[in-house]
Amino acid sequence: MNLRAVRAIVVKDLTVLRHAKAVLIPLIVVPLVMLLVLPALAAFAPRLADLPGASDLNALLEGMPAAMQARLAGFSEDERIVVLLLTYLFAPLYLILPLMVASVIAADTFAGERERRTLEALIYTPTSDMELLVGKLLAGFLPALAVAWGGFAFYSVVANLAAWPTLGRLFFPTGMWFVLALWVAPAVAAVGLGATVIVSSRVSTFQEAYQIGGVVVLPIVLLVVGQAAGVVVLSTGFVVALGAVFWAVALVLLRYGARTFRRGELMARA
Amino acid sequence: MAAAQVILTERLTRRFGEATAVDALDMTVERGEVVGLLGHNGAGKTTTVRLLNGVLAPSSGRAQVLGLDPQRDGVALRRRCGVSTETPSVDERLTGRQGLRFFAEVYDVARERVEPRLAELLAAFDLEAAADQRVGTYSKGMRQRLTLARALLHEPELLFLDEPSSGLDPVAARAVDERIAGLRDGGTTVLLCTHNLAQAQALCDRVVVLEHGKVVASGAPTALAAELGARLAVRVALRLDDASAAPGLLADVPGIDQVVTQQAEPLELRFEAADADAIAAAVRALVRAGADVYAVERELPSLEHVYFALHRGERLAHGSSGRLVADDGVQRAEVAAGQRAQGEEVRS
Repeated sequence: MNLRAVRAIVVKDLTVLRHAKAVLIPLIVVPLVMLLVLPALAAFAPRLADLPGASDLNALLEGMPAAMQARLAGFSEDERIVVLLLTYLFAPLYLILPLMVASVIAADTFAGERERRTLEALIYTPTSDMELLVGKLLAGFLPALAVAWGGFAFYSVVANLAAWPTLGRLFFPTGMWFVLALWVAPAVAAVGLGATVIVSSRVSTFQEAYQIGGVVVLPIVLLVVGQAAGVVVLSTGFVVALGAVFWAVALVLLRYGARTFRRGELMARA
Repeated sequence: MAAAQVILTERLTRRFGEATAVDALDMTVERGEVVGLLGHNGAGKTTTVRLLNGVLAPSSGRAQVLGLDPQRDGVALRRRCGVSTETPSVDERLTGRQGLRFFAEVYDVARERVEPRLAELLAAFDLEAAADQRVGTYSKGMRQRLTLARALLHEPELLFLDEPSSGLDPVAARAVDERIAGLRDGGTTVLLCTHNLAQAQALCDRVVVLEHGKVVASGAPTALAAELGARLAVRVALRLDDASAAPGLLADVPGIDQVVTQQAEPLELRFEAADADAIAAAVRALVRAGADVYAVERELPSLEHVYFALHRGERLAHGSSGRLVADDGVQRAEVAAGQRAQGEEVRS
């Protein structure tokens, strides 16, 4: 493997990305909403719960499965709402970040580059198909990892600040969140990359690749809904298993993507 | 494969579904040659370049480039080839220098050589002043020059130039031609894909004309033109009291046709003559009518004549595999029995 060429592809793609507003804006706005605005709103949750007609939050708490109720047992009623939101309900939303970053960048570096007709020069270079693929995958994976881990650190600060008026102490990150950030988030990013690589070889534009590849967000949406409905309870054991499933899916997608990745076929669609 | 042969293809074929982009292509290119691959859009030129670089796999047939099999040794082969793509294919979000640096890394140019080589090429292609501007701000000519510079970064032995003057204004196109001529003079082997016939005539040692992926003619441009028997085109500069009567004076001269007034003042006629005797008869007819003849000039048959003649022939005898080969010096038409009809149509 020609690591110099792989590195050059990664550096070039990331340099190009820095100047691509259409790609960059969602990569900044969505994390800000997820990691700053939502947890900040959680700080007001106890006060909202006291308002007349705000029965939904209380109902949500009461509807939680016994396992979740047990985990929140040591907290007061106000504390329970804040901890439930910041530790459990927002956890699946956090996973959307690495998935989105990886998918957007992969769609841009595969389908987008073909759409801009800049891929043609690249396919004539003395890189193997594998080097080309690895370079482009890393160009999506590394920023996804940076956003996931940087976002985790940022969220830890914001969550503690948001919860401070209610809890009066540091409570975050939990063990489950460490597993989520270090084990599940990279897996989710890999799933997004695998799906987008496969989709990108079959469509012509960045938009198509991104939209069709976006289907992989569904399992995460199911997690959000499942937790809110009390069907799923995120625990350390559960997220370890969840990560393993995501890694397995990523492996299948990436292997299939690598097997079908042929520079000539990419150009045939240009 | 002879040592001097840089490209050799044998019945190289590539199909896309039902369509055949390259059809049993037999071609050789020798070291130091500039060979033009001519054909209209969709004739199979770009697909040929992709096949020869191992970017596409052939459906059948084989190719050898620089002694390597493009499919098996694609990476090693591409290290020794440079390709200037039809579309500039340069990322608008990078600066010219960043784009070149990226390709220098990918082509594995020695680290200590990267910056000097970049400086050298930016200067050679007159891009120094704009080197640190985004390519998005470049004119089409600048992009084309950048594409050429990129193709030369690693000093390739074999250069593929795919429509290098496409969409350029005449000044920029001439500058590109001068660069290619410089490369030719420096001994670089070049496969030039173009539908710019004047460019091919000026730069190429040999041309290969493709139609629907098939070779319909190959040879030295002038030899091909002569072989096709293009009629002699003649221009005559003269003075005649009744200028409007001039074309009519030639109407009855045997072997003369296609008479047009090229220019009214000073009067210039253009016509086609069957042979040299017909030209002499035409001049005599003009002099008898009281014309003062200042100049008689024979136009050399051009590649353009060949190309359009072939194109007409292809349409008239569509489906035949008429193929014409002309060598410099000894000219010969390889028009096989079944193909003769097409050759005759071409001449008509």
